[in-house]
Amino acid sequence: MDGPHTGTETVLKGVAAAAGISIGPAYLYSKLIPRVEEKSIAPEDVASEIARLRNANARSDKELQKIHAFAEQKLGSDNARIFEAQLMILSDTILMGAIEQRIARELKNAEFVVADEIAKYKQIMLAAPDEYMHERAHDVDDVMNRIIRNIQDQKLYSRLEGASIVVSETLTPSDTVLFSRNQVLGYATDLGGITSHAAILARSLKIPAVVGLRAATRSIATGDRIAIDGYAGVVVLNPSDETLQALERKKERFRSFEERLAGIAPLTAETPDRKRIELSANIEFDAELEFARVQGSAGVGLFRTESQLIGRASYPTEEEQFEVYRRVADAVHPHPVIFRAFDVGGDKLSPDAAHEANPFLGWRGIRVLLDRPELFLDQIRGILRASTRKNVRIMFPMVSTLSELRRAREMVARAKKELDARNLPYDPGIKIGVMIEVPAAAVLAEQIAAESDFLSIGTNDLIQYLLAVDRDNAAVAPLYQQFNPAVLRTIKNVIDAGHRKGVWVGMCGEMAGDPLATVLLVGMGIDELSVVPSILPEIKKIILSIRFKDAKRVADRVLEMTTEGEIRDHLSSITRNKVPEIPLDE
Amino acid sequence: MIERTVTIVNSKGLHTRPAASLVKTAARFQAELTIRKDNLEINGKSIIGVMTLAAEQGSTLTLVLDGPDEEEACRALEDLFRRGFDEE
Repeated sequence: MDGPHTGTETVLKGVAAAAGISIGPAYLYSKLIPRVEEKSIAPEDVASEIARLRNANARSDKELQKIHAFAEQKLGSDNARIFEAQLMILSDTILMGAIEQRIARELKNAEFVVADEIAKYKQIMLAAPDEYMHERAHDVDDVMNRIIRNIQDQKLYSRLEGASIVVSETLTPSDTVLFSRNQVLGYATDLGGITSHAAILARSLKIPAVVGLRAATRSIATGDRIAIDGYAGVVVLNPSDETLQALERKKERFRSFEERLAGIAPLTAETPDRKRIELSANIEFDAELEFARVQGSAGVGLFRTESQLIGRASYPTEEEQFEVYRRVADAVHPHPVIFRAFDVGGDKLSPDAAHEANPFLGWRGIRVLLDRPELFLDQIRGILRASTRKNVRIMFPMVSTLSELRRAREMVARAKKELDARNLPYDPGIKIGVMIEVPAAAVLAEQIAAESDFLSIGTNDLIQYLLAVDRDNAAVAPLYQQFNPAVLRTIKNVIDAGHRKGVWVGMCGEMAGDPLATVLLVGMGIDELSVVPSILPEIKKIILSIRFKDAKRVADRVLEMTTEGEIRDHLSSITRNKVPEIPLDE
Repeated sequence: MIERTVTIVNSKGLHTRPAASLVKTAARFQAELTIRKDNLEINGKSIIGVMTLAAEQGSTLTLVLDGPDEEEACRALEDLFRRGFDEE
């Protein structure tokens, strides 16, 4: 299986989506769009042409039934529903009748008529302005390609020859499901985020995945020897012997570390000198809750409510949202859950998507919610109604002024009155917090804290805005520095400001889940860390291993440093020293 | 031939599942069903056709029924729309 070690080692940096390390041959998967040629057939061949079509439909139906059943078992019936629409199209007798008639009348080959007939519907869907219809068009496209492939009698392309690392531009849920029935060593994609369905599936299957690699499909060819590091979010093409050895060591280190970590899940995240940190999980889909619990989380520090908007034409109703929030609140009880109000706009999907020249500086988060009071009130009422067991908190995204916070609080008061009028119960003392992710909010943290119950620092946006760096722009990506002294001082100021006003301060951005940052954040006095469930045990282990007194000293020292390089070196030597078993990246 | 205007009352609109119940109901009758919305006209017994109708809550559709049992079919379909496809 080993290919020759030609070419030099190339490191591709992406986003870690599912933990683990694999080494093996690449399988470059490109959506094989079957080529369709228009051909004339003889009148006596009509019957056999129609027979080809019917056979192809029957085979397509069998394939899809299998995918559907497998998806139901692996992803749950909600997520499997995407395949039901495709199955229904296959058994659309009007559509198939029209196709057969055209074959007989126009004397054209089956695949041409299938493509031509289905394209009509696809165009109507693509012309519609909303995202939901575009998703439907993809379903139609998928099913069309499946029929055509089966007419042409091609083999199913999602079949690997031996164990491979799948490299693709993007993966649809059906691709992911299909591949996972084969020997997949890992997934590497150009696009996508850690919250995509494919990433979630990879995590639940414990297959390493790195997403957002941008150009992986251009740099890597089928059969190339590659290594995927799902901890660091890196793919290495033509890894050198040294790299391979280092990765093998890292894999071994993680394996033994993970075994030992299993025992710490039930422990409270507390330093040896009794400083307690609320260690909770960032969650997007309620399917992740069980994993978070097993990993030892004390509640949910960030529930991204936007996940409810995926694949929908409209915002969910109060009732629909209430169902979701109640399910989550019940599952997490007695621990708390923080529901962040819809953070739509910017890079997030939005049913109201309007094109903006600069969406990150545009209409998003609380700005959208305050402009759409009906939508905002529906959500607040849904959250309030789920709060009867008193473990629910609500948080507002993208706040940059106090008047936004005040208006948002007024909306909560109004929603409470409306529920009173309807005689529906809720927690009257529900805690209201603000996500600190705009530099203006960080500067005004003390004033904001005076009018809130908690603050949670969203580092991803805060760092981008503070350093004026778009981290998706390769030209400036290196300037996106988590440990930039300006970032650290800002975080420290927010924590201190919150404490002066007697409110707790947490962090729910990526930095909260970086093991290199844990000692520093604890030392700066952070009260809560909300992290991706997969990293939770490592962060807990660090908290359990370092005295608060020492962490404070580290923080004081780091806050005096002036460059990110110096800070990283210092933190990595401290962490290695205090918690030698933590596998940090080189 | 009968022509009727119906309104989508369920909150999610005419998404996949309501589309399926609509097609299934229409298939029980001999009468042909044509659905018109804006400039679009589709066969109401075809799921892919119904799926092209981006019909949200509050939007209206015109049903055209033609066949021996058109009266009965019309009643069944109007009832289905009124019940919001039993969605909630």
